[in-house]
Amino acid sequence: MDARPPIYGLMAEFENPSDLVAAARKAYEEGYREMDAYTPFPIEELTEALGFRQTRLPLVVLIGGLIGGVGGYFLQYYTAVIDYPLNIGGRPLNSWPAFIPVTFECAILVASLFAVLGMLALNGLPMPYHPVFNVPRFALATRDRFFLCIEATDPRFDPEATRYFLERLAPRVVYEVEH
Amino acid sequence: MKSELPHEMGKTKEIGSVRQPGLPPVIEPGHTFESITDKISSIVLTRKTPWGWFVGFGITFLLTLMLLYTIGYLLVVGVGIWGVNIPVGWGFDILNFVWWIGIGHAGTLISAILLLLRQKWRTSINRFAEAMTLFAVACAGLYPALHTGRPWFDYWLLPYPNTMGLWPQFRSPLVWDVFAISTYGTVSLLFWFVGLIPDLATLRDRSQSRLGRIIYGILAMGWRGSAKHWHRYETAYLLLAGLATPLVVSVHTVVSFDFAVGIVPGWHATIFPPYFVAGAIYSGFAMVMTLAIPIRAVYKLEDFITMRHLENMAKIMLVTGLIVAYGYMMEAFMAWYSVNPYERYMILNRMQGPYAPLYWALILCNVLIPQVLWFKRVRTNVPALFVIALVVNVGMWLERFVIVVVSLHRDFLPSSWDMYIPTLFDWSTFVGTIGLFLALLFLFIRFLPMISIFEMRTILPQAEVRELVDYIED
Repeated sequence: MDARPPIYGLMAEFENPSDLVAAARKAYEEGYREMDAYTPFPIEELTEALGFRQTRLPLVVLIGGLIGGVGGYFLQYYTAVIDYPLNIGGRPLNSWPAFIPVTFECAILVASLFAVLGMLALNGLPMPYHPVFNVPRFALATRDRFFLCIEATDPRFDPEATRYFLERLAPRVVYEVEH
Repeated sequence: MKSELPHEMGKTKEIGSVRQPGLPPVIEPGHTFESITDKISSIVLTRKTPWGWFVGFGITFLLTLMLLYTIGYLLVVGVGIWGVNIPVGWGFDILNFVWWIGIGHAGTLISAILLLLRQKWRTSINRFAEAMTLFAVACAGLYPALHTGRPWFDYWLLPYPNTMGLWPQFRSPLVWDVFAISTYGTVSLLFWFVGLIPDLATLRDRSQSRLGRIIYGILAMGWRGSAKHWHRYETAYLLLAGLATPLVVSVHTVVSFDFAVGIVPGWHATIFPPYFVAGAIYSGFAMVMTLAIPIRAVYKLEDFITMRHLENMAKIMLVTGLIVAYGYMMEAFMAWYSVNPYERYMILNRMQGPYAPLYWALILCNVLIPQVLWFKRVRTNVPALFVIALVVNVGMWLERFVIVVVSLHRDFLPSSWDMYIPTLFDWSTFVGTIGLFLALLFLFIRFLPMISIFEMRTILPQAEVRELVDYIED
């Protein structure tokens, strides 16, 4: 048996960011958790209104930077001391000050790659299909409209009651989002 | 009085910077989310491509073909087609490399450092400044790769286990350069692409053609503007800016080490790293200005790239120009103060030797003429700014010529002195890379949004969230 709810969720369209943030706060107060908002630009207040916690991304980037830096230094140590030692005027083989620039560049490179790939991975991108795009007017989410979608997987979701709740928030329209 | 509540003071201030009294706005009033979106995306999607675009792209594409021909000829015949000799082993190849890399620096400065400093005015120029960085790094990277003489062995520069049992010499600034430039190119590309993702989604949703929807759709990777995504996106963008800021400083520092670590008089100076970084920013802003002024006129973007942007860029040019002037002064002072005959001869040779006209032209272009930027009347005069930007571009190119060629051509032993005269192929490589740079830029402004649409939306007063106040009043 397919346990999937018949629709993906209900989506309300708002005309400005303030209404959307107010609606998101009310939905959170009402007990809804499985929901997301869609906006044409980042809105700081919205993340918090939806009850979204801190992201782990900074930790990912730190790990990337450490891997890059340690790896970069090890690469130079291995080549200059172990695998291919060259005696240049009796100077130490592990001439660490000369290894700093490459260590630094490697740290930056790997940290940046972790930042971008980590952000995409945590966001689940690339994602070729997502139900929210089934709403024709959702194309305006990348232009000038603001959407709040309460998903059917939320324990408090009820097709009638949730629709009634959303309509009370004075949106422009409430849509059903198909799978 | 809505926005005067203490809980939104921080926000109000930021938005207020759009219309601070006495300061011209960073975006002309009257714009809405849809007008910004439509105006910028229409350049790519619906507006008729101006005939000037075809002419410009045609010319620069021909120059790119000339570059390809030159490179092909170089691969067959060798670096003997250039004017390089002994002692001047570094000619146009290295001086143009340094010039191009320097130009790239303004893009990263605008996108990363000004982001961290919360300079809202960066928003309308960061996208194409970043594109400029990317294309400038692409042009710069060609030179050292070709300069090796046998470019098909360039992969030897990379550390990889090989049957020869050899590794790169990691104590050499030339190897640091490989790492610095490739990291810089990669990070610039990542930064630029991450910034583009939400705008690519806008183009996907606004495109009228099926092909456009498919291509922009694939590039946007399914971006849907989710609040949770935006949160991680903003974190990633800020972290990238934090990483790119020390990176951009390190890149030109490493480039300056290529010279400063050598013992050639005129190269062996501790002032080189800061002096090179300031020069890079100086030439980069000159190039941004050179490009921004015609683009805003042709595409009627004066309400996004306002006088305030041009004036701010002029101020940065003035400051970095003064740092560079200090560098020139210190070079001359240290030559005298060191009591080293070779250092002293080096500076006298610059001022009075066979290349003296180039040195004085450099002083004129980089130090004297830009001083007119002290006057507000000049800083707000668009044609004057355009001319000054061109002058600075030329001046910074002359500076690299003086540092690279004039230092090398007369070193310690007079019997080894020689002159360097660029050949036709030197010039065709240089002009060819200018063609490549501009051709890529023409493609960029035709197929991608040249101004960051989503960031422009955030600087509108409407983007401000007014909370609680509405609740109470309701």
